[in-house]
Amino acid sequence: MSPPTLPPPGAEDALRLLFASRIVLLDGAMGSMIQQLGFKEPDFRGTRFQDHPHDVQGNNDLLSLTQPEAIEKIHRDYFAAGSDIVETNTFSATRIAQADYRLEAAVRDLNLAAAGCARRAAQSAERLTPGRRCFVAGAIGPLNRTLSLSPDVNRPDYRAVTWEQVVSAYTEQVEALLDGGVDTLLVETIFDTLNAKAALFAIEQVFEARGRDSRVPVMVSVTITDGSGRTLSGQTIGAFYQSVAHAKPFSVGINCALGAEAMRPYVEELSQIAACYTSCYPNAGLPNAFGEYDESPADMARVLGEFAARGWVNLVGGCCGSTPDHIAAIAQAVRGRRPRTVPAARPALRLSGLEPLVVT
Amino acid sequence: MSSPAPSSAATSFLIIGERTNITGSPKFAKAVKAGDWDACLAIARQQVESGANILDINVDEALVDGEATMVKFLNLIAAEPEISRVPIMVDSSKWSVLEKGMQCLQGKGIVNSISLKDGEDEFLRRARLVRRYGAAAVVMAFDEQGQAATRDDKVRICTRAYELLTRRAEFPPEDIIFDPNILTVATGIEEHNNYAVDFFEATALLKRQLPHARVSGGVSNVSFSFRGNNPVREAIHTAFLYHAIKAGLDMAIVNAGMLGVYDEIEPALRGLVDDVLLNRRPDATERLVKHADELKAGGAGKSSTAGVRPAADETWREGTVEERLKHALVKGIDIHVEADTEEARKQYARPLDIIEGPLMDGMRVVGDLFGAGKMFLPQVVKSARVMKKSVAYLTPFMEEEKRREIAAGGSARPNGKILLATVKGDVHDIGKNIVGIVLACNNYEVIDLGVMVPAEKILGTARERQVDAVGLSGLITPSLDEMVHVAREMSRQEFTVPLLIGGATTSAVHTAVRVAPEYAPGVVHVLDASRVVNVVSALLSPAQKPEFMAEVAARQERSRTEFNTRQTRRPLLSLADARARKPVYDWANIDIPRPEFLGPRVFSPVPLTEIVPFIDWGPFFSAWELHGRFPDILKDPAVGTEATKLFNDAQALLERIVAEQLFTARAVVGFWPANAIGDSIEVYANEQRSSVVARFHCLRQQLEKPAGQFNHCLADFVAPRASNRIDYVGGFAVTSGPGVEATAAEFRKRHDDYSAIMSQALGDRLAEALAELMHKRARDFCGYGRGENLSLHEMIREKYRGIRPAPGYPACPDHTEKPPLFALLGAEAATGITLTESNAMRPGSSVSGHYFNHPDSKYFAVGKIGRDQVEDYAARKGMTIVEVERWLGPYLDYRPA
Repeated sequence: MSPPTLPPPGAEDALRLLFASRIVLLDGAMGSMIQQLGFKEPDFRGTRFQDHPHDVQGNNDLLSLTQPEAIEKIHRDYFAAGSDIVETNTFSATRIAQADYRLEAAVRDLNLAAAGCARRAAQSAERLTPGRRCFVAGAIGPLNRTLSLSPDVNRPDYRAVTWEQVVSAYTEQVEALLDGGVDTLLVETIFDTLNAKAALFAIEQVFEARGRDSRVPVMVSVTITDGSGRTLSGQTIGAFYQSVAHAKPFSVGINCALGAEAMRPYVEELSQIAACYTSCYPNAGLPNAFGEYDESPADMARVLGEFAARGWVNLVGGCCGSTPDHIAAIAQAVRGRRPRTVPAARPALRLSGLEPLVVT
Repeated sequence: MSSPAPSSAATSFLIIGERTNITGSPKFAKAVKAGDWDACLAIARQQVESGANILDINVDEALVDGEATMVKFLNLIAAEPEISRVPIMVDSSKWSVLEKGMQCLQGKGIVNSISLKDGEDEFLRRARLVRRYGAAAVVMAFDEQGQAATRDDKVRICTRAYELLTRRAEFPPEDIIFDPNILTVATGIEEHNNYAVDFFEATALLKRQLPHARVSGGVSNVSFSFRGNNPVREAIHTAFLYHAIKAGLDMAIVNAGMLGVYDEIEPALRGLVDDVLLNRRPDATERLVKHADELKAGGAGKSSTAGVRPAADETWREGTVEERLKHALVKGIDIHVEADTEEARKQYARPLDIIEGPLMDGMRVVGDLFGAGKMFLPQVVKSARVMKKSVAYLTPFMEEEKRREIAAGGSARPNGKILLATVKGDVHDIGKNIVGIVLACNNYEVIDLGVMVPAEKILGTARERQVDAVGLSGLITPSLDEMVHVAREMSRQEFTVPLLIGGATTSAVHTAVRVAPEYAPGVVHVLDASRVVNVVSALLSPAQKPEFMAEVAARQERSRTEFNTRQTRRPLLSLADARARKPVYDWANIDIPRPEFLGPRVFSPVPLTEIVPFIDWGPFFSAWELHGRFPDILKDPAVGTEATKLFNDAQALLERIVAEQLFTARAVVGFWPANAIGDSIEVYANEQRSSVVARFHCLRQQLEKPAGQFNHCLADFVAPRASNRIDYVGGFAVTSGPGVEATAAEFRKRHDDYSAIMSQALGDRLAEALAELMHKRARDFCGYGRGENLSLHEMIREKYRGIRPAPGYPACPDHTEKPPLFALLGAEAATGITLTESNAMRPGSSVSGHYFNHPDSKYFAVGKIGRDQVEDYAARKGMTIVEVERWLGPYLDYRPA
């Protein structure tokens, strides 16, 4: 008797199933992997941007268009190391960030191409292991201009960018990522919550305009800048969560800036308050005085494994400085650990400034 | 019975500060209209300090551009962590203003308000947007027909709004806050008499019938009939809140600084107010009005019968002179100290009695609080300023006394005598000055020999003045060796007093490994000024000293053992292997920018106003031993208040320095053709490369790195001669000038060490900022710097292209690389910076270094180096191995012979 055959679940259902069954693996750094390839100005330009009037070396997001095989290969390496989800190479693929390279006009193509690279890598990984589901998260970075902070100390009320500009830049990116077929959107490395709120606002607007079926899960990840336990814009982790909870994120977590060990108290706090899945993808240690990350796969895996054992996380991975080796070690360390149980939220008026205010 | 009024029920009842509401606060209205933002911020801050849990902000006024003003004020508030720590309630009757306001809030705030006034569709549209912006909403009991006044209308409209919000806008019920309209009572119009009762009853019903929703209200409206009679208004507000909270009110918009306690309202007044609020008798209004007029006529207008007001700032002036002196010392207030000292002088027999009595009593409190971590360094230094001013005032009288009764002298017997000095070759003394002040505050006599003090002078003075301990300070690495030298000399001269080691470059490990073995009577590393009193008091106490020293010795022994095992555990690569692992660049294709000019260019003076925006404030706080990251440190729960005060003081002094041009900033920048030859860099007179004008010698990392990582050396960033390409290196030297020391000395003369240290710290910050500014210009001169977006790159620590490593710092740890750089730049003539025998720069607030333009150039730490590299380096530099070992002591991976 053959088992009844059901159509494979849609991406969102499959993702929810995966999160319900185990701790899920994200990928590691894109930037440090690209750096190892040693691309120079002509490599970044490729043929399409041969005559572009501005230097583009260092614009990693451009490589999805000009060196797509290399980007696809990095994604494949992460899937091979055990990642369930890879992030598109689109951290800076917005009109505002690309203005540094005068590549505003290429933003849609950058996002489409990046989604394509990740999608192809996912498909090839799924072909290699029949039955495996591999997911693509559209990465949405923090922007190099912020809504909460003045770049001019003498004019604290000044802002280098407006809400409308930020919403419109994110809208363009979100549209392209969705068109490129991402399974989820990941608003990450948030150091100014107001920028993140504008991104979430843009996402919600796009979903509304495209209709119910266009919705994908939205993941959110904040950056705690240092030992003070605050974001760069001054919020505590609790205040941050209350500031984004209205968007009903699929997951909320912490990435970048700190090594896993230094994140411990904030991961723990978040795991207790978040009424959704939690994630943690730290840097490979603290940057040493010269910006290099030197925490070994074993060290990182040990700490994340412990977070998993304590039931604090649902999604783990790596940020700056981490490699497929790190991911493989982390996958090993969390294997068999029960995913965190999402606590039921008691209805309460929850507000925040830089600190949370919960009215019970 | 204890009162459930807000002041005692703060845990569950929320106070929404109303003073930043233009419609209710004439002071705020005036400040907004005048564009006096500092005053606006002060009002907001006062509300938060008085206990407001949420801040209501309303700028609705005919002559004010609501949208622009709301945005400007909210942006300003965002820069004030003391204010923005609380959630904001954006308050306006205009939807466009509310929407602009929500676009400025990173936290989850409240919109005040939306209502059914414009119909269901508009209500739902706005509610959905509020939700998308991530805010909660105040919903007014208002519909298409108007404002609800009666209990039943309030409940009916609120219930309808609740159903619409939860069913059709997916609005979370817990984010709904009803405002069922607090309307004015005691107007003389009979229909108004039950308004308060309507509100209380509606509140109770709403809380019962609409799960999770909250109730709020603007309280001051209720007493509108008593405008101008604050005591009565306060009593009405207090009583109103008492009854409303009992009914279930969750929060209210009130003046956070003016809340009373129900039980403390004068009983006759309370009875009359309750009659009005609870509509207990038809003539209630009449009776209250009559009583209010009597109160007013009686001149009781100012002081409230209802309120518990915060103590006025100047009440401490009413205490005895001893209390006043103590208060001034603890709070660091110096404005009255001379008058108070004079008053005390008239009461006390001898000036010395004042010092030994009230002044020392006050400083003991300061010392205790500091020791317990309840006061922070900037406060202690301010206290010391008060102390010094008082003592300075008394000094002439004491001298006079001495003259009169020659033999009748005496002194406040100090706890002990401590000698402090920054060692030879080093000019840095901020930390040492702070230690001196802390010791002086604790009644030690401090002999401060200043900076660049040779060993002979330190030991000569120590002997002559019979000091109880010697403290050495230093910032640059060669100072470590000088400290070892002093320790050796102390042994040779058979000293027995303890030796204290401190300063940024020192460490417990270095002290244990290198200094302590040289001086048997005891060497103690003091981490920072907060530890110095404990250390010194233990050392000078015959009872505690043996145990303390045994502990220190044991710790140092452990340190040495660990150090030695660590030495053997991680072998270095051989120099040849390290060189084989250098990064390989495609020199034929690499971008080498040609600078706009070659040779040095002098910028003198550089206007201070151009430098100020480049200041990095983080290290400023470290100089004051306040640890944390800027600007977060300003709202740090432990040190935030002090950090903020310190920051404000710094801003004020900086303004003065700029306005009066107290500092003269100078800079020189240069570029030269250059090529790398091995690990050294040859600098040429011109692009023909026919004559070498200087050679810079660089050190290479020898620690084994993971695969794929390189062993770096600065020379790698310069095209090798063999590449056949001309490369360029740059150099710079910048200084805040001799005005820094002069200004500090001027303050010290006026017994104001606080401002003296402040000016030094600002001098250092300005020098670093000038280095950053000149580096920006240098990148522009090389072309690639134009079009950078620097401030934000800095913010997220994305490095711009190019580096400016400084000799003596991790990428280039050898201070002897400075003289050739200075010669090339003509730095001394251009900037007035000179080098000491340890190659420290003088004035101390100076920075110098190299520029590298290579696209991959980055900062790294050379780290430990082996004997083979030392030999190679000595040969390249034409120095003896012993000399190199002396300059690079802390970086050696071995014990030199």
